[in-house]
Amino acid sequence: MRYIEPHAHMVSRTTNDYTAMVTAGCRAVCEPAFWAGFDRSSAKGFYDYFCQLTEYEPRRAALFGLPHFCWLCINPKEAENVALAGEVIAMIPEFLGRGNVLGIGEIGLNKNTRNEMKILEKHVELAVAHDQLILVHTPHLEDKLKGTRLIVDLLKSHPGVRPERVIIDHVEEHTASIALDAGFWAGITLYPDSKCTPARAVDILETHGMERLWLNSACDWGVSDPLAVPKAAMEMRRRGHSDDEIDRLIYENPRAFLSQCPRFRID
Amino acid sequence: MTKKALLDLSFIEIRAKLLEVAAFLDRLDRAEGDTDFRIASFRQAIKELSEPEAGRVRRILELLSDPTLEPVEAASGKSAAGAWPEFKD
Ligand SMILES: [Zn+2]
Repeated sequence: MRYIEPHAHMVSRTTNDYTAMVTAGCRAVCEPAFWAGFDRSSAKGFYDYFCQLTEYEPRRAALFGLPHFCWLCINPKEAENVALAGEVIAMIPEFLGRGNVLGIGEIGLNKNTRNEMKILEKHVELAVAHDQLILVHTPHLEDKLKGTRLIVDLLKSHPGVRPERVIIDHVEEHTASIALDAGFWAGITLYPDSKCTPARAVDILETHGMERLWLNSACDWGVSDPLAVPKAAMEMRRRGHSDDEIDRLIYENPRAFLSQCPRFRID
Repeated sequence: MTKKALLDLSFIEIRAKLLEVAAFLDRLDRAEGDTDFRIASFRQAIKELSEPEAGRVRRILELLSDPTLEPVEAASGKSAAGAWPEFKD
């Protein structure tokens, strides 16, 4: 079995996790910029983080033979501070030419505030101006439905956004069709307690089809499982899905989306 | 997959999860103080389990969601509670 982990926060994970992922068949890992669990005190903190994502972490992954890619932005949890967010966004273009950068992400909303919306819009403008792919984080739990609606409306109203170059991540049963029906890609995140379990993820693809869908573990410093994608593949196998279908979902689908960025080369 | 095959595969696991929900509600009864909006929407969500039409997960997720469409002026914190604080039966 081979798979791509399209959303993992490897800076928070151990080398044992790299070993386990590669052993399970992982062929590439993609790391969106996100919240560190605490607010950074200045734009310099983000500068260092972007260096970590574009220089240090790909070197660490390479020790395990795993190609590492990343996405850059200021995440929605820190976007409430509009002045700081503006400074960080201004810094992003100097990193966009680096070899492992796939696009702008994970941008989006957290508590669906006006300030978060403003910063989301700025990120979308940045992505359009630099012809970048977009990876969108949708909010947690009770905020997800509203946040997904607001995000999709904002993206649809922007004339420069091409839906096939945007993935709306962390969809669940009540939001998958909001993203897919508007022509966007959708990501299902497999978490033990929130978001989706492997069994529910397979239910979603059995009811929606596999087109424009990918699975990810979004493993980070919280309760999460870096092997969630291969475990979902086991669930598919248990239910009688073929090896070809599994390969299409966990390898070919993310490869098709990510290959829209010329830097994404894994074979 | 047939209904029989699915039951053979999953019944024991899902039975255990149902008992966890029941035990949690009994435990909540024994605990002191008041419950809050989370349990009000949770009890409504449990009723959805007895509905005959498919789409129960989506409807339960919608019950536990903020149904409004206007962005909020400011957030009181960064985290989510799992249910909408303004939920009414
Ligand atoms: Zn993430």
